[in-house]
Amino acid sequence: MKKLPRLFTFAAPKSFYRLASITVPWLYGIAAAFAIWGLYVGFFVAPVDATQGNSYRIIFIHVPAAWMSMVLYMAMAGWAAFGWAANARLASMMARAIAPTGAAFTFLALWTGAFWGKPTWGAWWVWDARLTSELILLFLYLGFMALVEAIDDVRRADHAGALLAIVGAVNVPIIYFSVRWWNTLHQGSSISMTAAPKMAHTMLLSMLLMTVAFWAYAFAVVFMRARAVVLERESGADWVRALVAKK
Amino acid sequence: MSPMMAILSRDLRLASRRPAEALLPVVFFVVAASLFPLGVGPEAATLKQIAPGIVWVCALLSSMLSLNSMYGSDYADGSLEQMLISQLSGIELAAAKGIAHWLMTGVPLLLVSPLLGLLFGLSWESIGLMAFGLLLGTPILSLMGGMGAALTLGLRNSAVLILLIVLPLCIPVLIFGAGAVTAAESGLSPDGHFYLLGAIFLLSALGAPVATAAALRISV
Repeated sequence: MKKLPRLFTFAAPKSFYRLASITVPWLYGIAAAFAIWGLYVGFFVAPVDATQGNSYRIIFIHVPAAWMSMVLYMAMAGWAAFGWAANARLASMMARAIAPTGAAFTFLALWTGAFWGKPTWGAWWVWDARLTSELILLFLYLGFMALVEAIDDVRRADHAGALLAIVGAVNVPIIYFSVRWWNTLHQGSSISMTAAPKMAHTMLLSMLLMTVAFWAYAFAVVFMRARAVVLERESGADWVRALVAKK
Repeated sequence: MSPMMAILSRDLRLASRRPAEALLPVVFFVVAASLFPLGVGPEAATLKQIAPGIVWVCALLSSMLSLNSMYGSDYADGSLEQMLISQLSGIELAAAKGIAHWLMTGVPLLLVSPLLGLLFGLSWESIGLMAFGLLLGTPILSLMGGMGAALTLGLRNSAVLILLIVLPLCIPVLIFGAGAVTAAESGLSPDGHFYLLGAIFLLSALGAPVATAAALRISV
């Protein structure tokens, strides 16, 4: 009888590699399908906004990207911490694989925010609390990546990155609130994004579809990268040699 | 003498043997801050407005400058390893090193800051507030910086790497430190800023030595 996979089956780099190889094409497919669907709803079905015209439509990329940037930081810190605490190799590899994707989503959120800011606020960049804390999040990602890349010893790199990610995760709320308070002190609340008018149904639908697409994309890319990391680190293992010999 | 005091006095004595090197951060602080009027222009009103921010940013950068040597020379000659395998706990070691770093860079910055305040035309009251903010804030920079220094021990480009790692984490200190003076100048009470700065100080005093000790164990 074939045994069902248990919880930690995929913690072994070899079985993870197989799992990732199978799922990555599906994940890319889901990402593409939902992105097309979401963008179609967003650009052709959703109504024109009463105050912002068509320029608001970047929200369908901007908001999911901003969500992903935060979720991925937490996921990265979580995997890194788990990898450090439990000495689980694959968890640390996942943390490493997540970081560039998280940074990319943060950058995307900032970039689309600038494109949205120009027509609505009349400026590419405002020192708004959210924009500023998103920018700082990008710095945290860059710091993590720079530190991990700078250390040649893999174990040390993983553990040092984990420590930095945990300290960063503890700091994120402090940074967010300090920036928010700094912002209200310096600049009148001429622009309020929090008091957004109620969204039309189709707008919300499009945003959620895009969120699914981004999740799937993030999984696909992270799995791809994690697969490469696994191969690199396990290059001495028998199964990797067998894999190479087969190709 | 307790082991913590021994490390503290050792670091201070080492610094006193090379006074020119120990004074570098303060000199950097003054030079960097006095470049701003040359770039921004000599209008008294503008300078007064941006003075707290400039002083704080320069304090932040100058205390980052000397972080590299905090553990660097001990790591290079092997004494850090001996300290870590001695009976002294890593947390005590990190705390002693942090205090020593603060005494060598934070306190001189604190003492020089009134001079910069005068250069920028701040009132005595604002200068006092700024100095009090620095008193609360510079230990945080030394403590957080110690963690960055421990993480980047012996790496290539570690000086730049420390900046990239530690500066984003120090943003709240900058905001509340400079914010206290700005708030007082615009007629608001600076107390809230100081309370928060004090809270961050307590948090980092409790947390940073633990994190630094963990970082030292990872790096050495």
